[in-house]
Amino acid sequence: MRWFPAALFLALAVALTFLTLPVVAIFVESSPAELLDSLGERGALDALWLSLRTTAAALAIIVIVGTPAAYLLATRSFRGKAVLVTLVELPLVLPPAVAGIALLASIGPEGLLGGAVEAAGVELTLATAGVVVALTFVASPFYVRQAMAAFASVDRTLLDASRTLGASEARGFIRVMIPVAMPGLVAGGALALGRALGEFGATLMFAGSFQGITQTVPLAIYDRFGTDFQGALALSAVLVAVSGAILLSVKLVQRSEVLGGAPR
Amino acid sequence: MRRALAAATLLALPLGACGGDDDEGTSSSAEKPRLVVSAAASMTEALGACSPEFADATVRLSFAGSDELAAQIRQGVKPDVYAAANTKLPDELNQEGLLGKPVEFATNELVLAVPKDSRIASVEDLTGDDVTIAIGSESVPIGSYTRETLAKLPAAESRAILANVRSNEPDVKGIVGKLTQGAVDAGFVYVTDVNAAGEDLKAIDLPPEVEPQVTYAAGVVKGAEQPQQAQTYLDGLLDGTCAGALRDAGFGSAP
Repeated sequence: MRWFPAALFLALAVALTFLTLPVVAIFVESSPAELLDSLGERGALDALWLSLRTTAAALAIIVIVGTPAAYLLATRSFRGKAVLVTLVELPLVLPPAVAGIALLASIGPEGLLGGAVEAAGVELTLATAGVVVALTFVASPFYVRQAMAAFASVDRTLLDASRTLGASEARGFIRVMIPVAMPGLVAGGALALGRALGEFGATLMFAGSFQGITQTVPLAIYDRFGTDFQGALALSAVLVAVSGAILLSVKLVQRSEVLGGAPR
Repeated sequence: MRRALAAATLLALPLGACGGDDDEGTSSSAEKPRLVVSAAASMTEALGACSPEFADATVRLSFAGSDELAAQIRQGVKPDVYAAANTKLPDELNQEGLLGKPVEFATNELVLAVPKDSRIASVEDLTGDDVTIAIGSESVPIGSYTRETLAKLPAAESRAILANVRSNEPDVKGIVGKLTQGAVDAGFVYVTDVNAAGEDLKAIDLPPEVEPQVTYAAGVVKGAEQPQQAQTYLDGLLDGTCAGALRDAGFGSAP
């Protein structure tokens, strides 16, 4: 029976063509000269810098809050845990427009907690902080999910051994669990980073679009789409290159990871 | 080149879908041909109301900023009808051989929109330090009409107003959303958008000397799959069910 491997190869060829053709077209249609030109433009640089800053801020929040939360969910069992995990993962399947509406309805000026946000003197809508909130909301489940899987697959006897030797749970978490789960955490971080970098709908609806304040690269691309297709293509090429570089460096880091951990 | 173009189209489609709403015509008869109408976001309510009654075809409406819809057509997307919130984009597409002769079918009015309990009463009130404003992005008609108007104001006033702009929205519905959600204090939109928003917003007329001429034009897309029905739909914008719906929404008749 030779048809089965042939079918596998065919499926891979179809998937590869479909997934790479649009990306290849971005680079074919924009010459290197145009790419440099568009990068020299003030608006493009502002968008790129804003995207990097807001994505870094969102990722920091996600890792600092998400890591202990994922650890708790992965290592404890309690009633209603499945429901809780589903709630945490829900933004993963929400369309960006729904995420935008949900953020407005909850912490927008007219939202449930809008008064409290305003009373606290925090400006979110139409402000850079609002972009960070939108990115954090849509990207965090990618990290938490992966981190939970990583923690859950750590051999429990390792942690038990550290406890037997007198280490506190906090120490076991920091010295044993995190290092062993590191490859999974890095992979989750990369996914969240990629999702945050590409965020569009929730940002536009919740934070608006203003150069240097809330206009991230995807919004700048959309802004150019109508009148400056070449500029939009060039900026897209930059975003693809940056995202590709992040993915690739994560793969390299994981390969050179000497700490072992869960094989993925 | 063909391959690259096809790929670009693939990219353009979901992008366009992000900005506007794709509305499926609700007509049930399956044997009728399908007519695809790309229309400016400001006509969402008017065309959404009349299109299900179009007798010759099941109308599928695609709303977004006029500039985005034009960019899709330039990238090879072929709706049957293109209806824009200005005459410039249809004229350009016509000269590029992508659109039949454009027909002016309606007028609209640029107004200052504010929440109904707002203390803002005129354009001059927009210069205050704590006022936040949303306008259209430069590339979309509502944004260029707004900039045209601001340019006619005294330079200092125009500068102060632009300094208060917090968001450049890709289409007019984005501005209305920012207004109704209380994210901004004021926005420049069409009078028809204020009507469509119901009780939430009120329109403040602009001084006649700065008010721009807002004319809507539409045409049959070259290579449309249903040129006959497209022409009938176009005629209906001037004189038919959709003309009535446009008047109901507050659009003026063609100049």
